[in-house]
Amino acid sequence: MNQRSLFGLLGLVIRRDLLLAMRRRADVLTTLIFFVMVVSLFPLGVGPELDMLRKMAPGVVWVAALLASMLSLGRMFSADYLDGTLEQMLLAPQSLSMLVLGKILAHWMLSGLPLVLMAPVLGLQFDMSPQALWVLILVLLLGTPILSMIGAIGAALTLGLRGGGVLVSLLVLPLCIPVLIFGTGAVEAVSTGMTIVPHVALLGALLLLALAFTPWVTAQALRISME
Amino acid sequence: MSWAEFFAMNGYGFYVWGSYGVTLLIFIIEIALVRHKRKITLQQLRLMRDAGEAQ
Amino acid sequence: MAINWFKYAAPATFYGLAGKMVPWFAVPAAILFVVGMYIGFFVAPADAVQSEAYRIIFIHVPASILSMFIYLIMAGYAAFGLIFNTRLSSMMATALAPTGALFAFISLWTGALWGKPMWGAWWVWDARLTSELILLFLYLGFIALQSSIDDSRRADRAGALLAIVGSVNVPIIYFSVKWWNTLHQGSTIKFTGTSMHIAMQQAMFVMLVACWLYVIAVTLVRVRSIILERERNAQWVSELNEVKL
Repeated sequence: MNQRSLFGLLGLVIRRDLLLAMRRRADVLTTLIFFVMVVSLFPLGVGPELDMLRKMAPGVVWVAALLASMLSLGRMFSADYLDGTLEQMLLAPQSLSMLVLGKILAHWMLSGLPLVLMAPVLGLQFDMSPQALWVLILVLLLGTPILSMIGAIGAALTLGLRGGGVLVSLLVLPLCIPVLIFGTGAVEAVSTGMTIVPHVALLGALLLLALAFTPWVTAQALRISME
Repeated sequence: MSWAEFFAMNGYGFYVWGSYGVTLLIFIIEIALVRHKRKITLQQLRLMRDAGEAQ
Repeated sequence: MAINWFKYAAPATFYGLAGKMVPWFAVPAAILFVVGMYIGFFVAPADAVQSEAYRIIFIHVPASILSMFIYLIMAGYAAFGLIFNTRLSSMMATALAPTGALFAFISLWTGALWGKPMWGAWWVWDARLTSELILLFLYLGFIALQSSIDDSRRADRAGALLAIVGSVNVPIIYFSVKWWNTLHQGSTIKFTGTSMHIAMQQAMFVMLVACWLYVIAVTLVRVRSIILERERNAQWVSELNEVKL
């Protein structure tokens, strides 16, 4: 199979998933609203002192993003599993890893990207500096795809199980801790006037690592779950 | 050194014996659990066999 | 003399073998616990700085070491079962998980009880304590995943994949937590005075071996139940004396 057809395949899967999601726009919006709500609850819980809020902001946004991305994981494969599409994908001559990668990217565009775009607005609620907001966008752009990729493994392993929604969070959240640490670390670094390079570099390394391995691992997990 | 002194652990008795006590408790519970599970498993096997013979 | 090792990998043979091995691990474990505690409490002197409180180390350190070690061994067994399709290794992985989780809990519990008098707080976000907590989460995830799958073959294989992903992630998690910890200048457990008394080392080593033997004994008993459950329809199970009763 030549390269063009591989990327063509990727595009096809992404377009299909986006199209399906556009038919059910409420699902995408629910995740986003959840994210906004969780972040907005924190000042109500801890008080409106701006100094403290500014310090908490990166952590709050990241944890909320982590939780919000867990919400939509269950949907990543379940619709295709129920209507039999997934079975066809497993039998298809094309590489399953590539198909999975397409689904992961589509999932990120629907659940990760809206969060990235929404985050700066929420950052303003916490009085973050413009500089910090830019860094927040950058690290979220690097980090949220990793959440989707690790989440895909969990979603594939729990496919069709009772109580899969809670279970997937239990499996995936501990594995996401490095992303949380480097993501919040970068924003904290810029607000204390330090360099963000090591954090961003490590986050980038994690992204590449996840990009290289998770589609394949997810494909194996799907094969195990579909046997 | 008297026993009372020994158990007092120079004022740290609560922490030291709290650690070892809970560890011991966990070991006892775990041993009880695995033995209980074995008993239950064997019982179930016998039940299954009896049900099979009855048929 | 050629011994066919694979013969023992058959659940039917291993079941009998494991039953014979349990006392050989359980009895030395009990003896070594007593010996270790004796050395730890009566031979080893009090620490110059931490006084008697340091004696928690004799259970804390072995529990921490084993909780990490058990995870790796569990992942190894699970991976072996996944790759070579050997049912027994998958069962061993399932049998090891609860004990590993318990040791992670013991490590956290004793760490907290040690931290209170030393740092003045039950919980400190120290890199090692935090990693231990995450390790406990990983164990719980493995157990929860396996117990929510009814089909034993899928449970084995899904658990194996999760354990492998987890063990690849453990070093990444550890270093990220350590990095985070140095950034926030948290405290770390450092054993004051570089020279540990020889009796302290002996006590810790004996306790480590004792815990290790305990783990093997408990796991063997647990794996026997798992074998019986999975093989309940096999001929050899119905011919066992303990079933015939």
